[in-house]
Amino acid sequence: MELYSLGISELRHLLEKREVSSKEIISSVNSRIDAVEDRIKAYVTLTKEEAEGMAEKADEDILSGNGKPLSGIPIAIKDNMCTKGILTTCSSKILSDFIPPYESTVTSRLKENGYVLTGKTNLDEFAMGSSTENSGFHTTRNPWDIERIPGGSSGGSAAAVAADECIAALGSDTGGSIRQPAALCGVVGLKPTYGRVSRYGLVAFASSLDQIGTLTKNVKDSAILMNIISGRDLMDSTSAPVDVPDFTAMLGRDIKGLKIGIPKEYFIEGLDPEVDKAVKDAIRKFESLGAIPVDISLPHTGYAVATYYVLATSEASSNLARYDGVKYGFRAEGKDLMDMYMKTRAEGFGAEVKRRIMLGTYTLSSGYYDAYYKKAQQVRTLIKNDFEKAFSEVDVIVTPTSPTAAFKAGEKTDDPLQMYLADIFTISVNLAGVPGISVPCGFTSNALPIGLQLIGKHFDEETILKASYAYEQSTEWHKRKPKL
Amino acid sequence: MKYEAVIGLEVHAQMLTDTKIFCGCSTKFGSEPNSQTCQICIGMPGVLPVLNKKALEFAIRTGLATNCKISPYSRFARKNYFYPDLPKGYQISQYELPICEHGYLEIVVDSEVRKIGITRIHMEEDAGKNIHEGAGNYSFVDLNRTGVPLMEIVSEPDIRSPKEASEYMRKLRAILRCLGVCDGNMEQGSLRCDANVSIRPVGQKEFGTRAEVKNINSFKFVEKALEYEIKRQTKVLEQGGKIIQETRLWDSNKGITESMRSKEEAHDYRYFPDPDLVPMITDEKLINDIRASLPELPDAKRKRFMTEYGLPEYDADFLTSEKATAEWFEEAVKLGGDPKTVCNWIKGEITKLLSEDGRSMDECPLHPYHLVYVLNLIKDTKINANAAKIILEDMYKKPGNSYGYGSGKISELTAVGTVGIEGQVAQIIKEKGLVQISDESAIEKIVDELIAKSQKEVGRYKAGDEKLLGFFVGQVMKAMKGKANPQMLNELLKKKLS
Repeated sequence: MELYSLGISELRHLLEKREVSSKEIISSVNSRIDAVEDRIKAYVTLTKEEAEGMAEKADEDILSGNGKPLSGIPIAIKDNMCTKGILTTCSSKILSDFIPPYESTVTSRLKENGYVLTGKTNLDEFAMGSSTENSGFHTTRNPWDIERIPGGSSGGSAAAVAADECIAALGSDTGGSIRQPAALCGVVGLKPTYGRVSRYGLVAFASSLDQIGTLTKNVKDSAILMNIISGRDLMDSTSAPVDVPDFTAMLGRDIKGLKIGIPKEYFIEGLDPEVDKAVKDAIRKFESLGAIPVDISLPHTGYAVATYYVLATSEASSNLARYDGVKYGFRAEGKDLMDMYMKTRAEGFGAEVKRRIMLGTYTLSSGYYDAYYKKAQQVRTLIKNDFEKAFSEVDVIVTPTSPTAAFKAGEKTDDPLQMYLADIFTISVNLAGVPGISVPCGFTSNALPIGLQLIGKHFDEETILKASYAYEQSTEWHKRKPKL
Repeated sequence: MKYEAVIGLEVHAQMLTDTKIFCGCSTKFGSEPNSQTCQICIGMPGVLPVLNKKALEFAIRTGLATNCKISPYSRFARKNYFYPDLPKGYQISQYELPICEHGYLEIVVDSEVRKIGITRIHMEEDAGKNIHEGAGNYSFVDLNRTGVPLMEIVSEPDIRSPKEASEYMRKLRAILRCLGVCDGNMEQGSLRCDANVSIRPVGQKEFGTRAEVKNINSFKFVEKALEYEIKRQTKVLEQGGKIIQETRLWDSNKGITESMRSKEEAHDYRYFPDPDLVPMITDEKLINDIRASLPELPDAKRKRFMTEYGLPEYDADFLTSEKATAEWFEEAVKLGGDPKTVCNWIKGEITKLLSEDGRSMDECPLHPYHLVYVLNLIKDTKINANAAKIILEDMYKKPGNSYGYGSGKISELTAVGTVGIEGQVAQIIKEKGLVQISDESAIEKIVDELIAKSQKEVGRYKAGDEKLLGFFVGQVMKAMKGKANPQMLNELLKKKLS
């Protein structure tokens, strides 16, 4: 068994028993990268030298009895999280030479816990997209079929985990950007409750929706990472002053009597029949484990995509105003200030980013604010209320993660709206701020992964982790690997 | 047609916090460009603002001192526009839910008390500075000032004359300085004033079209700029024209306001609540705690000085116009000085010494005890007033005089300090021979000598020219090198000349 194909807890076990060293692990992962990265293109920047230094330190720590929970574990970071001294581009031309002089809180915490950074992964530019085709540099490929996309916006992270180009990865999720690529790549993707994980250092797309989360090979690894990255951060005013439990503690407990809600609005036309079948099979599996399926309704689901695209783009139009060529990043020469601004942003931003900035500028503009932004905020409250009402009847909600399996590169790029609908099942979760996880639940007839989504109450990651773990351990999906 | 002016003032006050409003950078003025910045106030990718609690406290203090309602639920909002001195491309400010609303200030102009409403006070971050000189085809951007906390204080359009406007500014500044929330320096830009000015026929209810006047960068220009603008608008209307709603810049060199042409398209700031900052809930307890910690405000202090020290209004006004002056005065009274006398000497000799030096009261090297001791010596007829002035000037100029203001407050007077001051005074009296002569016979001798050789003047005095008494006093004083006891001299002269 190759070291690169293992998960966090298995490798920690081997490290603690001194059966392997951190150097051997990173060496294995780097060889794997050398073998497949040409085809997958999951990374923007590889940090092989850095990684070797970090692995050395990890080995020192372990040998001197100071081993930490992640010592020696190679992890990839989505390239929209600032890593001090290391290129952070958001897959955008406008930041193609940006090296942050500060560390994001999450990578700081990973560092304190001994991780090894493999590199920064590719994404849709500024996290805007559902296929990673909007990256300003290159398109990442799905390890299960390199003609297909890995999903987005955390496509690089998901593909890297699926292809064993790292042991685990961090991603970010604003409308489904962790969960959807996780589903399409056959890995586990968790978006925590809004406020559970600090956003300091995460390049903002939509401030009230963005959350950092995990992409891992199994549920337990997600819980391990969550223990480390979660918790109040004084640098982020929106991070919640809520205690962090040990997320691994509930794993392995049975789920007898767990009420799982099946929302009728998520089983609709447009849902691929194979996905529908896989999810229904999964629900039956839950039942066999003692869970109780309950039919529920989330009546405002149909408004979610529109609501999201008003709110997220409004916030983005403001968050991306700082990229003006004045202080850092790309600057085009102009004959005067206005000319410089226009050329810099026209050349530095890709088409989808520009589209969303324009849309968000419009929805906030004088005369339209009430009809769009304000109205969308009000609908958002209704969507959140839907979830709270449902959670008074059930413990978790189960849905498909994505309406289809991975589609071919170029298939949806002609119609942005088509691409937006890829997020239809994940988007409400961000609007309500509740946690959501995607776990593998089957394969299509052409061997493409299918994802199952579990949605939990605010700050109740424990229950969705427990439920997904129970499901995962009673199936074999997570053991399959793409042929590379 | 008689017109009346309608004026509203928008004041920006830089808060005296040590650090910026959303990050830990220093707010110190005058440092090397871009030496007081960090990733947060530069607006780098991924950073987030965290509110400086003191800024909120200062804003609430100011609201309480101006009779405002403190909002129980207040939010920050983003004001979006592009400019190089605004690194994030938006300013974090407040829009729909400011921290303070519906207050007022009372001003006295021509003995009339006028209540000027304060619409709102809100918190926001300052922008940086663009520097165009010395840059050729480029401009320099200094971001030191980005993120310095500001209070924006907006008055109702209740002001009716340039004089009222400058009184309002004076009053507001005194309150801000008294609270310690702003140092009120218009030249350095820690206090800025923009005016909205319109005129309407007397008796008309509707407001006329207003113009905004900016770049009023000193106190003396407040009245001048407004006077000019009112004259200008009056002339336009009298000639049958219309007032254009526009922004005009005050030019202090030319003494006029000029329209800011070209770039003046109305900005759509696309305000929306800032999602990176949580709403501020201010409960009764917080407000009461802050209220309890408020210092005595200028108005209350003035009234108290009148009753407690029996001072007339104009004296009380003078003494309470600056916190340092009021403090110095009260310390002097505490040390035994007579209030009216002390007040006169501060208004006179002390103010003279400070202005010759370009210093303000809070930099006065004299301790109140310097004055009190010297006044006691006069009372005991040891020296006269002239001598006292010489002594005070000498001590004021003494290098290394550390008895006055040190680090912004009056040094405590120890036993050693007291002896030190008395010793200094004694030394100067000895060196300059300032001891008053209260020996009646000595004075009488000089008086007799003078009368003997000034028969003409004596005659004129006896014939009714009472003013000549001053001549006699002056001559005797000259002969006695200013050391004659003035009361004694006066009585003697009157007796001898009657």
